Amino acid sequence: MPEAPPDDPPALYVEHVDVTYGRAVSALRDVSLTVPHGRVVALLGANGAGKSTLLRAVSGTLRLHRGAITAGRVRYGGTVLDGRDPVAAVRAGVVQVPEGRRVFAGLTVDENLRSGGLGLGRRGPAQTAEARDRVFTLFPRLAERSRQAAGLLSGGEQQMLAIGRALMAAPRLLLLDEPSLGLAPLMVDRIAEVVREIHAQGTAVLLVEQNAGMALSLADHAHVLETGEVRLSGPASDLAGTDAVRRLYLGEEGAA
Amino acid sequence: MTGLLDDLLGGLALGAVYALVALGFVVIFKASGVLSFAHGSLLLFGGYLIAVLHDDLGFAGALAVAVLATALLAGALDRLLLQRGDPGPGAAHVQTIVTIGVDIVLLTELSRRIGGDLLPLGDPWGDAVTGLGPVTVADSRLAAIVVSAVSIASVFALFRYTRWGLSLRAAGEDVEAAALMGVRLSRVRTLAWCLAGGLAALAAVFLAAFPAPGLERTTGQIALKAFPAAVLGGMASPVGALAGSLLIGLTEALVAGHQSELSLLGEGFADVAPYAVMVLVLLVRPTGLFGTRGAARV
Ligand SMILES: Nc1ncnc2c1ncn2[C@@H]1O[C@H](COP(=O)(O)OP(=O)(O)OP(=O)(O)O)[C@@H](O)[C@H]1O
Ligand SMILES: [Mg+2]
Repeated sequence: MPEAPPDDPPALYVEHVDVTYGRAVSALRDVSLTVPHGRVVALLGANGAGKSTLLRAVSGTLRLHRGAITAGRVRYGGTVLDGRDPVAAVRAGVVQVPEGRRVFAGLTVDENLRSGGLGLGRRGPAQTAEARDRVFTLFPRLAERSRQAAGLLSGGEQQMLAIGRALMAAPRLLLLDEPSLGLAPLMVDRIAEVVREIHAQGTAVLLVEQNAGMALSLADHAHVLETGEVRLSGPASDLAGTDAVRRLYLGEEGAA
Repeated sequence: MTGLLDDLLGGLALGAVYALVALGFVVIFKASGVLSFAHGSLLLFGGYLIAVLHDDLGFAGALAVAVLATALLAGALDRLLLQRGDPGPGAAHVQTIVTIGVDIVLLTELSRRIGGDLLPLGDPWGDAVTGLGPVTVADSRLAAIVVSAVSIASVFALFRYTRWGLSLRAAGEDVEAAALMGVRLSRVRTLAWCLAGGLAALAAVFLAAFPAPGLERTTGQIALKAFPAAVLGGMASPVGALAGSLLIGLTEALVAGHQSELSLLGEGFADVAPYAVMVLVLLVRPTGLFGTRGAARV
Protein backbone atom coordinates (compact mmCIF):
# COMPACT_ATOMS: atom_id res chain seq x y z
CA MET A 1 0.00 0.00 0.00
CA PRO A 2 1.43 3.38 -0.98
CA GLU A 3 1.41 5.72 1.98
CA ALA A 4 -0.74 8.84 2.01
CA PRO A 5 0.30 11.84 4.07
CA PRO A 6 -1.74 11.45 7.28
CA ASP A 7 -3.12 14.99 7.05
CA ASP A 8 -4.37 14.40 3.53
CA PRO A 9 -6.37 11.20 3.17
CA PRO A 10 -6.96 11.21 -0.57
CA ALA A 11 -10.51 11.83 -1.68
CA LEU A 12 -11.84 11.98 -5.21
CA TYR A 13 -13.04 15.41 -6.21
CA VAL A 14 -15.11 15.89 -9.35
CA GLU A 15 -15.62 19.64 -9.66
CA HIS A 16 -18.05 21.30 -12.08
CA VAL A 17 -17.24 18.87 -14.86
CA ASP A 18 -18.65 19.15 -18.38
CA VAL A 19 -18.10 16.29 -20.81
CA THR A 20 -18.73 16.38 -24.54
CA TYR A 21 -18.56 13.52 -27.03
CA GLY A 22 -17.40 14.18 -30.58
CA ARG A 23 -17.26 17.92 -29.88
CA ALA A 24 -21.05 18.04 -30.12
CA VAL A 25 -22.95 15.69 -27.79
CA SER A 26 -23.05 17.08 -24.27
CA ALA A 27 -23.13 14.17 -21.81
CA LEU A 28 -22.36 15.84 -18.46
CA ARG A 29 -23.03 19.39 -17.33
CA ASP A 30 -21.61 20.98 -14.19
CA VAL A 31 -21.31 17.69 -12.33
CA SER A 32 -19.68 17.77 -8.91
CA LEU A 33 -19.25 15.01 -6.39
CA THR A 34 -16.79 13.83 -3.79
CA VAL A 35 -15.79 10.34 -2.72
CA PRO A 36 -14.10 10.68 0.68
CA HIS A 37 -11.31 8.34 1.66
CA GLY A 38 -12.59 4.88 2.57
CA ARG A 39 -16.25 5.58 1.83
CA VAL A 40 -18.81 4.03 -0.50
CA VAL A 41 -20.61 6.54 -2.70
CA ALA A 42 -23.44 5.47 -5.01
CA LEU A 43 -24.19 7.06 -8.35
CA LEU A 44 -27.66 6.28 -9.62
CA GLY A 45 -29.39 7.11 -12.85
CA ALA A 46 -31.37 5.69 -15.73
CA ASN A 47 -29.91 4.50 -19.04
CA GLY A 48 -28.03 7.28 -20.77
CA ALA A 49 -27.94 9.52 -17.70
CA GLY A 50 -24.15 9.81 -17.94
CA LYS A 51 -22.98 7.45 -15.20
CA SER A 52 -20.40 5.64 -17.30
CA THR A 53 -19.31 8.96 -18.77
CA LEU A 54 -18.49 10.22 -15.29
CA LEU A 55 -16.38 7.13 -14.56
CA ARG A 56 -14.57 7.57 -17.88
CA ALA A 57 -13.84 11.16 -16.95
CA VAL A 58 -12.17 9.92 -13.78
CA SER A 59 -10.31 6.95 -15.29
CA GLY A 60 -9.07 8.88 -18.30
CA THR A 61 -10.73 6.75 -20.97
CA LEU A 62 -12.97 9.41 -22.55
CA ARG A 63 -10.47 9.80 -25.37
CA LEU A 64 -11.16 6.23 -26.48
CA HIS A 65 -14.77 7.34 -27.06
CA ARG A 66 -13.93 10.63 -28.75
CA GLY A 67 -15.04 12.39 -25.59
CA ALA A 68 -13.35 15.10 -23.57
CA ILE A 69 -13.71 17.06 -20.36
CA THR A 70 -14.51 20.56 -21.60
CA ALA A 71 -14.77 22.26 -18.23
CA GLY A 72 -14.05 21.54 -14.58
CA ARG A 73 -11.51 19.49 -12.69
CA VAL A 74 -11.04 15.89 -11.60
CA ARG A 75 -8.47 15.22 -8.93
CA TYR A 76 -7.63 12.48 -6.50
CA GLY A 77 -6.05 13.98 -3.44
CA GLY A 78 -3.36 16.20 -4.88
CA THR A 79 -3.18 14.41 -8.24
CA VAL A 80 -4.96 16.09 -11.13
CA LEU A 81 -6.60 13.42 -13.28
CA ASP A 82 -8.40 15.40 -15.98
CA GLY A 83 -6.46 15.51 -19.22
CA ARG A 84 -4.28 12.59 -18.11
CA ASP A 85 -4.17 9.06 -19.52
CA PRO A 86 -5.58 5.99 -17.73
CA VAL A 87 -2.14 5.05 -16.41
CA ALA A 88 -2.14 8.19 -14.29
CA ALA A 89 -5.34 7.14 -12.57
CA VAL A 90 -4.11 3.58 -11.96
CA ARG A 91 -0.82 4.88 -10.56
CA ALA A 92 -2.69 7.28 -8.30
CA GLY A 93 -4.66 4.32 -6.94
CA VAL A 94 -7.93 4.80 -8.84
CA VAL A 95 -8.99 1.73 -10.82
CA GLN A 96 -12.19 1.23 -12.82
CA VAL A 97 -14.11 -1.99 -13.42
CA PRO A 98 -15.85 -1.39 -16.74
CA GLU A 99 -19.53 -1.85 -17.44
CA GLY A 100 -20.29 -5.28 -18.86
CA ARG A 101 -17.26 -6.87 -17.12
CA ARG A 102 -15.03 -6.87 -20.21
CA VAL A 103 -12.72 -9.66 -19.05
CA PHE A 104 -10.10 -10.76 -21.58
CA ALA A 105 -12.04 -13.73 -22.88
CA GLY A 106 -9.19 -15.51 -24.65
CA LEU A 107 -6.79 -15.17 -21.72
CA THR A 108 -6.82 -17.47 -18.73
CA VAL A 109 -8.23 -16.37 -15.39
CA ASP A 110 -4.69 -16.16 -14.09
CA GLU A 111 -3.53 -14.03 -17.02
CA ASN A 112 -6.50 -11.73 -16.53
CA LEU A 113 -5.44 -11.24 -12.94
CA ARG A 114 -1.83 -10.62 -13.91
CA SER A 115 -3.00 -8.03 -16.43
CA GLY A 116 -4.54 -6.11 -13.54
CA GLY A 117 -1.05 -5.34 -12.27
CA LEU A 118 0.30 -4.08 -15.60
CA GLY A 119 -0.26 -0.43 -14.75
CA LEU A 120 1.98 -0.48 -11.72
CA GLY A 121 5.24 -1.04 -13.52
CA ARG A 122 7.53 -3.91 -12.75
CA ARG A 123 6.54 -5.91 -9.70
CA GLY A 124 8.31 -8.87 -8.23
CA PRO A 125 6.65 -12.29 -8.46
CA ALA A 126 6.23 -12.21 -4.69
CA GLN A 127 4.17 -9.02 -4.82
CA THR A 128 2.05 -10.39 -7.65
CA ALA A 129 1.48 -13.64 -5.76
CA GLU A 130 0.49 -11.74 -2.65
CA ALA A 131 -2.04 -9.61 -4.55
CA ARG A 132 -3.39 -12.74 -6.22
CA ASP A 133 -3.77 -14.52 -2.89
CA ARG A 134 -5.85 -11.62 -1.61
CA VAL A 135 -8.11 -11.88 -4.66
CA PHE A 136 -8.40 -15.65 -4.28
CA THR A 137 -9.41 -15.25 -0.63
CA LEU A 138 -12.19 -12.96 -1.75
CA PHE A 139 -13.15 -15.15 -4.72
CA PRO A 140 -12.26 -18.81 -4.07
CA ARG A 141 -14.07 -19.70 -7.33
CA LEU A 142 -11.37 -17.94 -9.32
CA ALA A 143 -8.63 -19.97 -7.68
CA GLU A 144 -10.31 -23.18 -8.80
CA ARG A 145 -10.54 -21.97 -12.37
CA SER A 146 -7.29 -20.07 -12.67
CA ARG A 147 -6.10 -21.96 -15.75
CA GLN A 148 -9.38 -21.72 -17.63
CA ALA A 149 -10.14 -19.20 -20.39
CA ALA A 150 -12.03 -16.29 -18.87
CA GLY A 151 -14.57 -16.37 -21.69
CA LEU A 152 -15.84 -19.71 -20.41
CA LEU A 153 -16.76 -18.43 -16.95
CA SER A 154 -20.38 -17.72 -16.04
CA GLY A 155 -21.57 -14.10 -15.99
CA GLY A 156 -21.24 -13.88 -12.22
CA GLU A 157 -17.78 -15.40 -12.25
CA GLN A 158 -16.74 -12.97 -14.97
CA GLN A 159 -17.92 -10.07 -12.81
CA MET A 160 -15.84 -11.41 -9.95
CA LEU A 161 -12.87 -11.77 -12.23
CA ALA A 162 -13.34 -8.19 -13.47
CA ILE A 163 -13.35 -6.97 -9.86
CA GLY A 164 -10.45 -9.23 -8.91
CA ARG A 165 -8.45 -8.00 -11.88
CA ALA A 166 -8.92 -4.40 -10.74
CA LEU A 167 -7.94 -5.33 -7.17
CA MET A 168 -4.62 -6.64 -8.47
CA ALA A 169 -3.60 -3.00 -8.86
CA ALA A 170 -4.17 -2.49 -5.10
CA PRO A 171 -6.52 0.48 -5.62
CA ARG A 172 -7.40 2.96 -2.89
CA LEU A 173 -10.52 3.92 -4.84
CA LEU A 174 -12.45 1.38 -6.90
CA LEU A 175 -14.85 2.57 -9.58
CA LEU A 176 -17.56 -0.02 -10.22
CA ASP A 177 -19.81 0.37 -13.26
CA GLU A 178 -23.08 -1.54 -12.79
CA PRO A 179 -21.60 -4.70 -11.27
CA SER A 180 -25.08 -6.21 -10.81
CA LEU A 181 -25.97 -5.85 -14.49
CA GLY A 182 -27.59 -9.00 -15.85
CA LEU A 183 -26.98 -11.10 -12.74
CA ALA A 184 -29.45 -13.29 -10.86
CA PRO A 185 -30.60 -11.98 -7.42
CA LEU A 186 -28.42 -14.44 -5.54
CA MET A 187 -25.36 -13.27 -7.45
CA VAL A 188 -26.31 -9.62 -6.85
CA ASP A 189 -26.27 -10.34 -3.12
CA ARG A 190 -22.88 -11.94 -3.48
CA ILE A 191 -21.55 -8.86 -5.29
CA ALA A 192 -22.96 -6.62 -2.55
CA GLU A 193 -21.14 -8.75 0.01
CA VAL A 194 -17.92 -8.36 -1.96
CA VAL A 195 -18.28 -4.58 -2.10
CA ARG A 196 -18.79 -4.55 1.66
CA GLU A 197 -15.69 -6.67 2.12
CA ILE A 198 -13.58 -4.44 -0.13
CA HIS A 199 -14.83 -1.40 1.76
CA ALA A 200 -14.05 -3.04 5.08
CA GLN A 201 -10.45 -3.51 3.92
CA GLY A 202 -10.17 0.26 3.56
CA THR A 203 -10.80 0.79 -0.14
CA ALA A 204 -13.19 3.56 -1.17
CA VAL A 205 -15.82 2.66 -3.77
CA LEU A 206 -17.72 4.76 -6.28
CA LEU A 207 -20.59 2.46 -7.16
CA VAL A 208 -22.57 3.12 -10.31
CA GLU A 209 -25.86 1.24 -10.32
CA GLN A 210 -29.34 1.08 -11.73
CA ASN A 211 -30.18 -1.32 -8.93
CA ALA A 212 -30.82 1.48 -6.46
CA GLY A 213 -31.93 -0.85 -3.68
CA MET A 214 -28.62 -2.63 -3.66
CA ALA A 215 -26.53 0.51 -4.09
CA LEU A 216 -28.27 2.51 -1.37
CA SER A 217 -27.94 -0.36 1.08
CA LEU A 218 -24.16 -0.24 0.60
CA ALA A 219 -23.44 3.44 0.26
CA ASP A 220 -22.89 6.20 2.78
CA HIS A 221 -23.73 8.89 0.29
CA ALA A 222 -25.53 8.89 -3.06
CA HIS A 223 -26.09 11.05 -6.09
CA VAL A 224 -28.73 10.75 -8.78
CA LEU A 225 -27.80 11.73 -12.32
CA GLU A 226 -30.44 12.69 -14.82
CA THR A 227 -29.58 13.56 -18.44
CA GLY A 228 -26.10 14.63 -17.54
CA GLU A 229 -26.85 16.66 -14.42
CA VAL A 230 -26.84 15.83 -10.72
CA ARG A 231 -30.49 15.92 -9.78
CA LEU A 232 -30.29 14.74 -6.16
CA SER A 233 -27.52 14.26 -3.59
CA GLY A 234 -27.52 13.24 0.00
CA PRO A 235 -26.93 10.54 2.58
CA ALA A 236 -27.97 7.19 1.15
CA SER A 237 -30.56 6.60 3.85
CA ASP A 238 -32.21 9.96 3.10
CA LEU A 239 -32.28 9.29 -0.63
CA ALA A 240 -33.79 5.88 -0.15
CA GLY A 241 -36.73 7.66 1.47
CA THR A 242 -37.13 10.26 -1.26
CA ASP A 243 -40.29 9.93 -3.31
CA ALA A 244 -38.50 10.57 -6.58
CA VAL A 245 -35.92 7.85 -5.97
CA ARG A 246 -38.52 5.37 -4.77
CA ARG A 247 -40.66 5.98 -7.79
CA LEU A 248 -37.91 6.17 -10.39
CA TYR A 249 -35.34 3.66 -9.27
CA LEU A 250 -36.68 1.42 -6.59
CA GLY A 251 -39.83 0.44 -8.50
CA GLU A 252 -42.39 -1.63 -6.68
CA GLU A 253 -39.87 -2.97 -4.25
CA GLY A 254 -39.22 0.52 -2.90
CA ALA A 255 -42.82 1.72 -3.03
CA ALA A 256 -44.10 -1.27 -1.09
CA MET B 1 9.95 -39.72 -54.23
CA THR B 2 13.02 -37.54 -53.68
CA GLY B 3 11.20 -35.00 -55.83
CA LEU B 4 8.41 -34.93 -53.29
CA LEU B 5 10.83 -34.68 -50.36
CA ASP B 6 12.61 -31.86 -52.15
CA ASP B 7 9.35 -30.04 -52.61
CA LEU B 8 8.37 -30.58 -48.99
CA LEU B 9 11.66 -29.22 -47.68
CA GLY B 10 11.52 -26.32 -50.08
CA GLY B 11 7.96 -25.62 -49.02
CA LEU B 12 8.91 -25.79 -45.36
CA ALA B 13 11.72 -23.29 -45.90
CA LEU B 14 9.43 -21.01 -47.86
CA GLY B 15 6.70 -21.30 -45.25
CA ALA B 16 9.17 -20.54 -42.47
CA VAL B 17 10.14 -17.31 -44.19
CA TYR B 18 6.53 -16.38 -44.89
CA ALA B 19 5.89 -16.97 -41.21
CA LEU B 20 8.41 -14.28 -40.26
CA VAL B 21 6.48 -11.81 -42.37
CA ALA B 22 3.00 -13.08 -41.47
CA LEU B 23 3.82 -12.97 -37.77
CA GLY B 24 4.69 -9.32 -38.25
CA PHE B 25 1.29 -8.68 -39.85
CA VAL B 26 -0.43 -10.40 -36.96
CA VAL B 27 1.52 -8.63 -34.22
CA ILE B 28 0.79 -5.27 -35.82
CA PHE B 29 -2.86 -6.13 -36.30
CA LYS B 30 -3.29 -7.28 -32.73
CA ALA B 31 -1.60 -4.23 -31.32
CA SER B 32 -3.08 -1.55 -33.53
CA GLY B 33 -5.86 -3.03 -35.66
CA VAL B 34 -3.92 -1.86 -38.70
CA LEU B 35 -3.21 -3.96 -41.80
CA SER B 36 0.29 -2.86 -42.65
CA PHE B 37 0.59 -2.44 -46.39
CA ALA B 38 4.03 -0.95 -45.79
CA HIS B 39 5.39 -4.32 -44.76
CA GLY B 40 6.77 -5.25 -48.17
CA SER B 41 8.78 -2.09 -48.47
CA LEU B 42 10.00 -2.38 -44.87
CA LEU B 43 11.29 -5.82 -45.78
CA LEU B 44 12.97 -4.38 -48.87
CA PHE B 45 14.47 -1.60 -46.75
CA GLY B 46 16.04 -4.16 -44.43
CA GLY B 47 17.37 -6.20 -47.34
CA TYR B 48 18.77 -3.11 -49.04
CA LEU B 49 20.65 -2.10 -45.89
CA ILE B 50 22.28 -5.53 -45.68
CA ALA B 51 23.20 -5.30 -49.37
CA VAL B 52 24.97 -1.96 -49.00
CA LEU B 53 26.51 -2.60 -45.57
CA HIS B 54 27.83 -6.16 -45.71
CA ASP B 55 31.07 -5.24 -47.48
CA ASP B 56 32.06 -2.97 -44.63
CA LEU B 57 30.46 -4.61 -41.62
CA GLY B 58 30.47 -8.25 -42.63
CA PHE B 59 27.26 -10.18 -43.03
CA ALA B 60 26.45 -10.54 -39.33
CA GLY B 61 27.13 -6.88 -38.59
CA ALA B 62 25.08 -5.74 -41.57
CA LEU B 63 22.24 -8.03 -40.54
CA ALA B 64 22.26 -6.71 -36.99
CA VAL B 65 22.22 -3.10 -38.18
CA ALA B 66 19.49 -3.82 -40.71
CA VAL B 67 17.24 -5.59 -38.22
CA LEU B 68 17.67 -2.75 -35.75
CA ALA B 69 17.22 0.00 -38.31
CA THR B 70 14.11 -1.60 -39.82
CA ALA B 71 12.67 -2.07 -36.35
CA LEU B 72 13.31 1.60 -35.62
CA LEU B 73 11.85 2.70 -38.94
CA ALA B 74 8.68 0.67 -38.33
CA GLY B 75 8.42 2.00 -34.78
CA ALA B 76 8.94 5.57 -35.98
CA LEU B 77 6.31 5.09 -38.66
CA ASP B 78 3.84 4.06 -35.99
CA ARG B 79 4.79 6.68 -33.43
CA LEU B 80 5.34 9.70 -35.66
CA LEU B 81 2.79 9.10 -38.38
CA LEU B 82 0.05 6.67 -37.45
CA GLN B 83 -0.43 7.60 -33.79
CA ARG B 84 -0.52 11.29 -34.64
CA GLY B 85 -4.01 10.96 -36.07
CA ASP B 86 -7.34 10.92 -34.31
CA PRO B 87 -7.41 7.95 -31.88
CA GLY B 88 -11.17 7.37 -31.89
CA PRO B 89 -13.04 4.37 -33.26
CA GLY B 90 -12.35 3.84 -36.95
CA ALA B 91 -8.82 5.20 -36.60
CA ALA B 92 -7.33 1.87 -37.63
CA HIS B 93 -8.91 2.13 -41.08
CA VAL B 94 -7.42 5.54 -41.65
CA GLN B 95 -4.04 4.31 -40.46
CA THR B 96 -4.23 1.31 -42.78
CA ILE B 97 -4.62 3.69 -45.69
CA VAL B 98 -1.71 5.77 -44.44
CA THR B 99 0.48 2.64 -44.62
CA ILE B 100 -0.37 2.37 -48.32
CA GLY B 101 1.00 5.87 -48.80
CA VAL B 102 4.11 5.03 -46.81
CA ASP B 103 4.61 1.91 -48.90
CA ILE B 104 4.48 3.91 -52.13
CA VAL B 105 7.00 6.48 -50.91
CA LEU B 106 9.42 3.92 -49.50
CA LEU B 107 9.12 1.56 -52.45
CA THR B 108 9.65 4.35 -54.97
CA GLU B 109 12.83 5.48 -53.27
CA LEU B 110 14.21 1.97 -52.84
CA SER B 111 13.36 1.02 -56.44
CA ARG B 112 15.18 4.11 -57.66
CA ARG B 113 18.28 3.05 -55.73
CA ILE B 114 18.16 -0.61 -56.66
CA GLY B 115 17.11 -0.10 -60.26
CA GLY B 116 17.31 -3.31 -62.27
CA ASP B 117 20.15 -4.73 -60.16
CA LEU B 118 20.37 -8.01 -58.32
CA LEU B 119 22.11 -7.24 -55.06
CA PRO B 120 23.96 -10.00 -53.19
CA LEU B 121 23.55 -9.85 -49.41
CA GLY B 122 26.84 -11.59 -48.68
CA ASP B 123 25.25 -14.40 -46.70
CA PRO B 124 27.59 -17.21 -45.59
CA TRP B 125 25.63 -20.05 -47.19
CA GLY B 126 26.10 -19.19 -50.86
CA ASP B 127 24.96 -22.05 -53.06
CA ALA B 128 26.33 -24.79 -50.79
CA VAL B 129 24.22 -27.89 -50.29
CA THR B 130 24.03 -30.58 -47.64
CA GLY B 131 23.02 -34.18 -48.16
CA LEU B 132 20.24 -35.37 -45.88
CA GLY B 133 19.69 -39.05 -46.61
CA PRO B 134 18.18 -39.28 -50.05
CA VAL B 135 17.88 -35.55 -50.66
CA THR B 136 20.27 -32.68 -50.98
CA VAL B 137 19.15 -29.39 -49.48
CA ALA B 138 20.51 -25.93 -50.02
CA ASP B 139 22.19 -24.71 -46.84
CA SER B 140 20.34 -21.45 -47.23
CA ARG B 141 17.07 -23.33 -46.90
CA LEU B 142 18.20 -25.18 -43.79
CA ALA B 143 19.30 -21.86 -42.34
CA ALA B 144 15.92 -20.36 -43.21
CA ILE B 145 14.16 -23.16 -41.35
CA VAL B 146 16.41 -23.04 -38.30
CA VAL B 147 16.60 -19.25 -37.98
CA SER B 148 12.85 -18.85 -38.51
CA ALA B 149 12.04 -21.56 -35.99
CA VAL B 150 14.28 -19.97 -33.36
CA SER B 151 12.96 -16.47 -34.03
CA ILE B 152 9.35 -17.57 -34.00
CA ALA B 153 9.82 -19.53 -30.79
CA SER B 154 11.37 -16.44 -29.22
CA VAL B 155 8.44 -14.31 -30.30
CA PHE B 156 6.01 -16.81 -28.78
CA ALA B 157 8.02 -16.75 -25.57
CA LEU B 158 7.75 -12.95 -25.56
CA PHE B 159 3.97 -13.23 -25.90
CA ARG B 160 3.70 -15.68 -23.07
CA TYR B 161 6.24 -14.61 -20.52
CA THR B 162 6.74 -10.87 -20.70
CA ARG B 163 4.70 -7.91 -19.51
CA TRP B 164 4.76 -6.59 -23.05
CA GLY B 165 3.32 -9.86 -24.34
CA LEU B 166 0.56 -9.88 -21.76
CA SER B 167 -0.19 -6.23 -22.52
CA LEU B 168 -0.35 -6.99 -26.23
CA ARG B 169 -2.67 -9.95 -25.80
CA ALA B 170 -4.90 -8.04 -23.40
CA ALA B 171 -5.10 -5.05 -25.75
CA GLY B 172 -5.79 -7.43 -28.64
CA GLU B 173 -8.83 -8.70 -26.73
CA ASP B 174 -10.19 -5.40 -25.47
CA VAL B 175 -8.39 -2.11 -25.93
CA GLU B 176 -10.45 -0.17 -23.41
CA ALA B 177 -10.27 -2.77 -20.67
CA ALA B 178 -6.50 -2.96 -21.20
CA ALA B 179 -6.27 0.82 -20.95
CA LEU B 180 -8.20 0.67 -17.68
CA MET B 181 -5.59 -1.71 -16.30
CA GLY B 182 -2.98 0.91 -17.05
CA VAL B 183 -1.54 -0.71 -20.16
CA ARG B 184 0.30 1.97 -22.10
CA LEU B 185 -1.27 1.25 -25.43
CA SER B 186 0.89 3.55 -27.51
CA ARG B 187 4.10 2.04 -26.15
CA VAL B 188 2.85 -1.51 -26.56
CA ARG B 189 1.89 -0.95 -30.14
CA THR B 190 5.08 0.87 -31.08
CA LEU B 191 7.07 -2.06 -29.73
CA ALA B 192 4.87 -4.37 -31.79
CA TRP B 193 5.69 -2.40 -34.93
CA CYS B 194 9.40 -2.56 -34.06
CA LEU B 195 9.25 -6.32 -33.62
CA ALA B 196 7.42 -6.75 -36.93
CA GLY B 197 9.96 -4.53 -38.69
CA GLY B 198 12.87 -6.55 -37.32
CA LEU B 199 11.27 -9.81 -38.42
CA ALA B 200 10.72 -8.41 -41.92
CA ALA B 201 14.40 -7.48 -42.24
CA LEU B 202 15.34 -10.99 -41.16
CA ALA B 203 12.99 -12.47 -43.75
CA ALA B 204 14.68 -10.39 -46.46
CA VAL B 205 17.89 -12.38 -45.96
CA PHE B 206 16.30 -15.68 -46.90
CA LEU B 207 14.23 -14.27 -49.72
CA ALA B 208 17.37 -12.98 -51.38
CA ALA B 209 19.51 -16.04 -50.57
CA PHE B 210 20.07 -19.05 -52.83
CA PRO B 211 18.15 -20.32 -54.85
CA ALA B 212 16.95 -16.75 -55.34
CA PRO B 213 19.46 -14.75 -57.38
CA GLY B 214 19.73 -11.84 -54.90
CA LEU B 215 17.76 -8.85 -53.70
CA GLU B 216 15.61 -7.21 -56.35
CA ARG B 217 13.29 -4.27 -56.17
CA THR B 218 10.40 -6.76 -56.34
CA THR B 219 11.56 -8.83 -53.34
CA GLY B 220 9.18 -6.92 -51.08
CA GLN B 221 6.22 -8.29 -52.97
CA ILE B 222 6.67 -11.43 -50.94
CA ALA B 223 4.53 -9.65 -48.37
CA LEU B 224 1.66 -10.22 -50.76
CA LYS B 225 1.96 -13.94 -50.07
CA ALA B 226 2.45 -13.70 -46.34
CA PHE B 227 -0.69 -11.60 -46.18
CA PRO B 228 -3.04 -14.45 -47.16
CA ALA B 229 -1.10 -16.65 -44.73
CA ALA B 230 -2.00 -14.26 -41.91
CA VAL B 231 -5.59 -13.92 -43.06
CA LEU B 232 -6.22 -17.63 -43.35
CA GLY B 233 -4.70 -18.12 -39.92
CA GLY B 234 -7.29 -15.78 -38.46
CA MET B 235 -5.37 -12.47 -38.68
CA ALA B 236 -5.11 -11.96 -34.92
CA SER B 237 -3.66 -15.38 -34.14
CA PRO B 238 0.12 -15.88 -34.11
CA VAL B 239 -0.33 -19.66 -34.15
CA GLY B 240 -2.69 -19.24 -37.07
CA ALA B 241 -0.13 -17.17 -38.94
CA LEU B 242 2.43 -19.90 -38.45
CA ALA B 243 0.06 -22.62 -39.66
CA GLY B 244 -1.12 -20.48 -42.56
CA SER B 245 2.44 -19.73 -43.63
CA LEU B 246 3.46 -23.37 -43.65
CA LEU B 247 0.32 -24.28 -45.55
CA ILE B 248 0.97 -21.66 -48.18
CA GLY B 249 4.70 -22.39 -48.43
CA LEU B 250 4.03 -26.09 -48.94
CA THR B 251 1.24 -25.46 -51.41
CA GLU B 252 3.39 -23.16 -53.43
CA ALA B 253 6.33 -25.55 -53.51
CA LEU B 254 4.18 -28.54 -54.41
CA VAL B 255 2.36 -26.66 -57.13
CA ALA B 256 5.64 -25.39 -58.54
CA GLY B 257 7.07 -28.91 -58.41
CA HIS B 258 4.14 -30.32 -60.34
CA GLN B 259 3.62 -27.35 -62.63
CA SER B 260 3.62 -29.55 -65.74
CA GLU B 261 0.85 -31.85 -64.43
CA LEU B 262 -1.17 -28.84 -63.36
CA SER B 263 -0.79 -26.99 -66.66
CA LEU B 264 -4.57 -27.00 -66.92
CA LEU B 265 -4.54 -24.31 -64.22
CA GLY B 266 -2.19 -22.11 -66.19
CA GLU B 267 1.54 -21.40 -66.15
CA GLY B 268 1.79 -19.06 -63.18
CA PHE B 269 -0.47 -20.99 -60.85
CA ALA B 270 2.23 -21.24 -58.18
CA ASP B 271 1.96 -17.47 -57.71
CA VAL B 272 -1.79 -17.55 -57.41
CA ALA B 273 -1.89 -20.65 -55.20
CA PRO B 274 -1.61 -18.76 -51.88
CA TYR B 275 -4.75 -16.83 -52.69
CA ALA B 276 -6.55 -19.92 -53.93
CA VAL B 277 -5.73 -21.66 -50.64
CA MET B 278 -6.84 -18.63 -48.67
CA VAL B 279 -10.18 -18.48 -50.46
CA LEU B 280 -10.73 -22.22 -49.97
CA VAL B 281 -9.96 -22.05 -46.26
CA LEU B 282 -12.15 -19.01 -45.75
CA LEU B 283 -15.02 -20.69 -47.58
CA VAL B 284 -14.93 -23.50 -45.04
CA ARG B 285 -13.93 -21.42 -42.00
CA PRO B 286 -14.85 -17.78 -42.50
CA THR B 287 -12.96 -16.71 -39.38
CA GLY B 288 -9.74 -18.39 -40.48
CA LEU B 289 -8.07 -21.46 -39.06
CA PHE B 290 -7.60 -20.05 -35.55
CA GLY B 291 -9.96 -17.12 -35.73
CA THR B 292 -12.46 -18.28 -33.13
CA ARG B 293 -10.19 -18.70 -30.13
CA GLY B 294 -11.53 -17.07 -27.01
CA ALA B 295 -15.18 -17.98 -27.43
CA ALA B 296 -16.86 -15.33 -25.34
CA ARG B 297 -20.03 -15.63 -23.36
CA VAL B 298 -21.91 -12.37 -23.27
N1 LIG C 1 -19.02 7.17 -27.37
C1 LIG C 1 -20.06 8.02 -27.34
N2 LIG C 1 -20.26 8.90 -28.33
C2 LIG C 1 -21.30 9.74 -28.30
N3 LIG C 1 -22.18 9.80 -27.31
C3 LIG C 1 -22.04 8.96 -26.29
C4 LIG C 1 -20.98 8.02 -26.24
N4 LIG C 1 -21.08 7.30 -25.10
C5 LIG C 1 -22.17 7.77 -24.47
N5 LIG C 1 -22.74 8.76 -25.17
C6 LIG C 1 -23.92 9.53 -24.78
O1 LIG C 1 -23.69 10.13 -23.54
C7 LIG C 1 -24.83 10.01 -22.71
C8 LIG C 1 -24.48 9.31 -21.43
O2 LIG C 1 -24.08 7.97 -21.72
P1 LIG C 1 -23.51 7.00 -20.61
O3 LIG C 1 -23.04 5.79 -21.28
O4 LIG C 1 -22.58 7.74 -19.76
O5 LIG C 1 -24.83 6.68 -19.77
P2 LIG C 1 -25.06 5.66 -18.58
O6 LIG C 1 -25.69 6.42 -17.50
O7 LIG C 1 -23.82 4.94 -18.27
O8 LIG C 1 -26.11 4.66 -19.22
P3 LIG C 1 -26.27 3.07 -19.02
O9 LIG C 1 -26.99 2.89 -17.73
O10 LIG C 1 -27.10 2.66 -20.17
O11 LIG C 1 -24.92 2.47 -19.03
C9 LIG C 1 -25.88 9.27 -23.53
O12 LIG C 1 -26.75 10.22 -24.11
C10 LIG C 1 -25.09 8.60 -24.60
O13 LIG C 1 -25.84 8.48 -25.77
MG1 LIG D 1 -23.20 3.02 -18.37
